[in-house]
Amino acid sequence: MALSIEDIKKVAHLARIEVSDSDAATTLSKLTGILGLIEQMQAVDTTGIVPMSHSQDLSQRLREDVVTKTNLRDEFQKNAPALGNGSTEQAVSGGLYLVPKVIE
Amino acid sequence: MINNSLKQLGDMLQAKKISSVELTQAFMARISQYNPSINAYISLNEDKTFTQAKAADAQIAAGNITPLTGIPFAQKDIFCAKGWPTTCGSKMLENFIAPYDAHIISQFDAVGAVNLGKTNMDEFAMGSSNETSYFGGVKNPWSFDRVPGGSSGGSAAAVAARLCAAATGTDTGGSIRQPASLCGLTGLKPTYGVVSRFGMIAFASSLDQAGPMAKSAEDCALMMNVMAGFDERDSTSLNRAKEDYTKDLNKPYLNKPLTGLKVGLPKEFFAEGLDASVGKVIETAIAEYKKLGAEIVEISLPNTGLSIPVYYVLAPAEASSNLSRYDGVRYGHRAAEYTDLMDMYNKSRAEGFGAEVKRRILIGTYVLSAGYYDAYYLKAQQIRRLIAQDFTEAFKKCDVIMGPAAPSTAFKAGEKVDDPVAMYLQDIYTISTNLAGLPGMSLPAGFAQSDDGKALPVGLQIIGNYFDEARMLNVAHQYQQVTDWHVQTPDLSLLEGKA
Repeated sequence: MALSIEDIKKVAHLARIEVSDSDAATTLSKLTGILGLIEQMQAVDTTGIVPMSHSQDLSQRLREDVVTKTNLRDEFQKNAPALGNGSTEQAVSGGLYLVPKVIE
Repeated sequence: MINNSLKQLGDMLQAKKISSVELTQAFMARISQYNPSINAYISLNEDKTFTQAKAADAQIAAGNITPLTGIPFAQKDIFCAKGWPTTCGSKMLENFIAPYDAHIISQFDAVGAVNLGKTNMDEFAMGSSNETSYFGGVKNPWSFDRVPGGSSGGSAAAVAARLCAAATGTDTGGSIRQPASLCGLTGLKPTYGVVSRFGMIAFASSLDQAGPMAKSAEDCALMMNVMAGFDERDSTSLNRAKEDYTKDLNKPYLNKPLTGLKVGLPKEFFAEGLDASVGKVIETAIAEYKKLGAEIVEISLPNTGLSIPVYYVLAPAEASSNLSRYDGVRYGHRAAEYTDLMDMYNKSRAEGFGAEVKRRILIGTYVLSAGYYDAYYLKAQQIRRLIAQDFTEAFKKCDVIMGPAAPSTAFKAGEKVDDPVAMYLQDIYTISTNLAGLPGMSLPAGFAQSDDGKALPVGLQIIGNYFDEARMLNVAHQYQQVTDWHVQTPDLSLLEGKA
């Protein structure tokens, strides 16, 4: 199936990656090449084959519901990015992370 | 000293012929001399490194030595190491300082090994040439205008140039074995689940596996003893009894070292696409195995060609999900200018990720999007099972499988950068083992002459059945007892910018 510029824009939106108009054309040609490679799969008859998600078909292990992690909030907040839009301050305040206002 | 095996270094440290600080200094001196042009390391921290070396010397003085105590290793920059920058080769994580240790980092620390620094890699381990790294390409020590392979290119170059005693790598589709092949090293990707993924930055979680990159099979075995083992913090870590990977290295056989070993040669690994010069080296290595007593069996892995299409659905699908965490909110790159939350996400991710990573996220998003799931993701998972079944059938006829690790020797920097599909074909012989979850390794098997007259390393791949790492290491070790390819070293005297 041939990809279009609109497809690229739609997928880029879903992936939350800004793609400029000029980049979209380059991306289209590269992704078309990769999808061409992937298309080889369609020639294979896979009727009745059980999909494989884990090499040894193991299911998720369960553990006791106990606290295993220590609180590293201060440690983690040291990695917060700069706020942006003119501010080089870290995007944290009172143990919270700062993002643009989302509720009016 | 820099060429000594881990075993020899351990013996020297135990006999107090050398201290860990002296050994660390020797590697640090080489790093200062050669790393500015090779670019194998992304970050170094002499204070942290020498603190560990001094602690190791104290541990040795107290008579508390283990095989890797005091030995300096390089760690791929995909592993979180507390207090160290951990970038995964990306601008996205350029300023990220790991707040905790990956499981394997704590394992190395626990035995008193020394961390020399974090090695360069393709961005988020996506690449086969180290050229997608935000921190620049890495020179192949065997030919400076060529790539070291990838994604563990920095680790491979660091070991080949003797800028560390050995290094760690990770392998999602060949990222340990292909660079090991291109740089003349011995590298092992264990069975999926043998080494914990905790603290290892995720690319494709159902395929990612860490392993050793070293000078010999014996070195890899010693590292596996430290790296492997159950870890509750990785939900796919396998709860198995602790194993000694050195136990079979010298396993005695009847009258020849490998008498009775059945070696399967998949005809698909010797078909079109394999460079003739590489094929010749592999054939010579197989002949050597016959002399050691091995019996050659022809086998078939009919779905080998499908492994690349399947991988480029599954790996990008998993990556698109794993990399959704990089949103510029809590850590990682945040755009300097943005209008609202959506714009902040879109710009932070557009700026923080490089071209190849973005391509894979977009492919992954596409194949998982509504209406395409069955045609791509489900189909790929079904063919994944067919690929795994090929190996199950093959292992009924042989003990190990052998073939090339990569279709060519090291290629020139820039040669495949604009052609992702050509780059992806580098992993044609390695990807199927990741899909099946099997262990695979590459070991030096000789050299092939390039068009411009350079002698470039060729790696022989050994694929084993599940949990057969000790046997594979034995098979590799016996070959390394009768050949000297693994002890050859590159000539660095022509490196520009050499002090």
